Amino acid sequence: MASSTTITVEVDDVSYTDDVEPRLLLVQYLRERLGKTGTLIGCDTTNCGACTVHLDGVSVKSCTMFAVQADGHRVTTIEGLAEDGKLAPLQQAFHECHALQCGYCTPGMIMQSASLLAENPHPSEQEIRDGLEGNLCRCTGYQNIVAAVRSVADGTVSSNAGEAETAGVA
Amino acid sequence: MTTAEIGRARLRKEDAHLITGRSRYTDNITLPGMLHLAMVRSPFAHAKITAVDVSAAKASPGVVAVLTGADVADEQGNVPNVWPVTADQKAPAFPSIAVDEVAFAGEVVACIVARSAAAARDAVELVDVSYDELPVVMDLEEAFTDTVLAHSSLDSNLSATWVFDSGEAGTGKPIREALDNAEVLIERTFYQQRLIPAFMEPRSIVVDPTSEQITMWTSTQVPHIVRLMLALTLGIPESKVRVIAPDVGGGFGGKLTVTPEEFITLMAARRVGKPCKYTETRSESLQAGHHGRAQVQRLKLSATKEGIVTGLDVNLLADMGAYLGLIGSGIPILGAFMYNAIYKFPAYRLECNNIFTNKAWTGAYRGAGRPEATFAIERMMDELAVELGMDPLELREKNWIKHDEFPFTTVAGLEYDSGNYEAATAKALELFDYDALRAEQARRRETNDTVQLGIGISTFTEMCGLAPSRVLGALSYGAGGWEHAQVRVLPSGNVEVVTGVSPHGQGHETAWSQLVADKLGVPFENVEVLHGDTQVSQRGMDTYGSRSLVVGGMAVLAAADKVIEKAKVVAAHLMEASEEDLEFTDGKFSVKGTDQSTSLGEIALATFAAHNLPDGFEPNLDSDATFDPQNFSYPHGTHLAAIEVDTETGRVSIRKYVCVDDVGVVVNPLIVEGQVHGGLAQGIAQALYEEAVYDEAGTLVTGSFVDYLVPSAPDLPHYTTGRTQTPSTTNQLGVKGVGEAGTIASTPAIVNGVLDAVRHLGVKDIKMPCSPSRVWAALEEAKTTGGVQ
Repeated sequence: MASSTTITVEVDDVSYTDDVEPRLLLVQYLRERLGKTGTLIGCDTTNCGACTVHLDGVSVKSCTMFAVQADGHRVTTIEGLAEDGKLAPLQQAFHECHALQCGYCTPGMIMQSASLLAENPHPSEQEIRDGLEGNLCRCTGYQNIVAAVRSVADGTVSSNAGEAETAGVA
Repeated sequence: MTTAEIGRARLRKEDAHLITGRSRYTDNITLPGMLHLAMVRSPFAHAKITAVDVSAAKASPGVVAVLTGADVADEQGNVPNVWPVTADQKAPAFPSIAVDEVAFAGEVVACIVARSAAAARDAVELVDVSYDELPVVMDLEEAFTDTVLAHSSLDSNLSATWVFDSGEAGTGKPIREALDNAEVLIERTFYQQRLIPAFMEPRSIVVDPTSEQITMWTSTQVPHIVRLMLALTLGIPESKVRVIAPDVGGGFGGKLTVTPEEFITLMAARRVGKPCKYTETRSESLQAGHHGRAQVQRLKLSATKEGIVTGLDVNLLADMGAYLGLIGSGIPILGAFMYNAIYKFPAYRLECNNIFTNKAWTGAYRGAGRPEATFAIERMMDELAVELGMDPLELREKNWIKHDEFPFTTVAGLEYDSGNYEAATAKALELFDYDALRAEQARRRETNDTVQLGIGISTFTEMCGLAPSRVLGALSYGAGGWEHAQVRVLPSGNVEVVTGVSPHGQGHETAWSQLVADKLGVPFENVEVLHGDTQVSQRGMDTYGSRSLVVGGMAVLAAADKVIEKAKVVAAHLMEASEEDLEFTDGKFSVKGTDQSTSLGEIALATFAAHNLPDGFEPNLDSDATFDPQNFSYPHGTHLAAIEVDTETGRVSIRKYVCVDDVGVVVNPLIVEGQVHGGLAQGIAQALYEEAVYDEAGTLVTGSFVDYLVPSAPDLPHYTTGRTQTPSTTNQLGVKGVGEAGTIASTPAIVNGVLDAVRHLGVKDIKMPCSPSRVWAALEEAKTTGGVQ
């Protein structure tokens, strides 16, 4: 077993200091050491994006970073997105647009969408699709995910939790 | 029954925890003292195991135990197959951990139990397995010749030959006559490439053996079936096993199975006496989870010169892979009743040969037999249209069942209860702008545009709602097709619904709440749906085959009906009225012609208190119902695709995709729409992107998401969807099922469109997936030879 390294990482507004093996992936650190199981693992090859989190506000795939690389940085996961118990607009939008079914890709998809909108607040449909290229969903066929991101960009997502007019229904 | 909820686009109850990261997927579970498993897998596709040396692995830091096939030979039994499609079906023994021989790359040969997942994986490298390699058979057509055997224990690669003949069955004429007298005869061979379900959540299992009852959490579609199979295979009393499917991250048929890893995790946990977890890597999932499709389809279609089809002869080779999984043998048979599709064929024969190869075993994948059938017949109808110089839609209309001909008994012996193919097609044409696109297609051809336009058509039906138990019995399936539900009215008036189906993304909690809210007149929010735990939901047949609403939902309604009947007795007693004078609306019993009424909640509380009930009345309103459908349901639709093919690069783009689906009465349009979208994505993926590829030695080349091309957002189009509604006449709500429609319909629509774009250039067929390289190669070949197959 390799020797450990001490790291200090701020995750969802809480600072953690831990001894970790250098080979420990950031996603394993989040899930296994911090219990942040909202961030999920879907592949081993950086293709599926289920593990997407923000590192200092920018999306990264946490299966492709070592925990030691996050030392001194700020990590935001899906569990830290809602503020004061109120869903973030993208979370609300995914709900309202039926942009999730099994939910497994959802944490990564929402984190990537947030990063996409931070970079480009008014993307076209094609820009949304291109911006989500690194996140796979097997359930939705993407149309409602695109609609959810667009509803946040357009400001049409409801500000209240609960039932809202549904998008994308014939 | 009021209809406040049926048809309402309710947002899902399931979403709140999933969008906030409070999910309960199996791999999220950690138990006190839990150990971790890693599997040692064969790198060879076919080999004798001559020795397994685990000494170095056992000495590795953190390792608690190592299990080999020899260690568990006496207890492990065989991974079960419950569908002997013929009386003489042959199958090799399928131990969870291979003992003497491996028959596909990825087969488990040993299992490490360690204190951490990392320690377990480290030790995998230290297990020294000695193999004597054996010849492999990877090609399905070659396997059928028995030149090389996939198993040294069998004398043939043929597992079973299953035949349906309409002449013999009395459902139609003999096929021979039709073929002999054909004015036009079309013969084609199609290849259904091997696909991988590729659910996003890798399979994970946690077993807790520390109490009297062993508990397994597993990422499955079928907790009830898993429980029974664990008990039967490992010899544990069924009552001592509890199986829980917590949040499950997609299935698509890929989790309609019982896996070696489930047996191994249970055996390991039982041996070490500690909770154990096994979570597969994505590569393991692609390599050793079951695959789907994998058929060679040879078809002969006879017709008159006017385009009336007179007969269809189908010869299938179906790749079972190395073993028969739970229901793999029956998958092609599920398609056998659908080759005649929406058409009035007078004669039909199908012969299916189930064949072993040295690949991962096959099983259900979204549609399970029906996409293969629909692809073949919809491709054939286009081929016939080309042969006769007819518009492909006109040809279809000449042959399909008219709306006033239902109920219609098909040449395959099924009774289609309802449908309106004319209406769905008319609506699709309107949304698609068919005539304008045909005009553009003609212009592009005339001007030799480098980008050619094709129009792909698919008019499909499918059989949903698996299944009438008698039909399953006639097909030698090992179980029934009923579904169970329980409706409980709590003293507070809130309602608990226990369902035997096991959702993994479909939204049953929402839809069942709508069903019960309507039926019992209680608020949607006051209904709680419980599922996926054999201790909570004692009886069930689980979720697959678009059965959940059509079968499971009807059980829920039947149980709710019984609640009303019970409550009526109490209501009559409390209001001192005759039961005949009561009516139940909006959650209240009223005495006709008076203003006297009492709510279901009041009756529930009175029943709970039991102070003043009719003599002999058992004090509860809870009701169970088991629903066994009398027929399948038959959703249908018309899908149209406008396909652009860049003739210089072979790149295929979907310019427009229109589908009009008739799924009967819709409970929640939001959920139906989502099912259609996701289904389309998987069908399009088969047409254009996905294929499980093995090399000659038997290694899965597409062993990660780098190579297995699950489409991402920019790879898929915007879908234009519409609906027509012809209620099913065989269930009380008129619902038909929607889980597989998109997948079944879209693959032939896309491929027909690709071919329509390039057929005038001499291309006659392109194997799926129609990747740029394949399309380009077909175009190049056509330039030199005037056509390729």
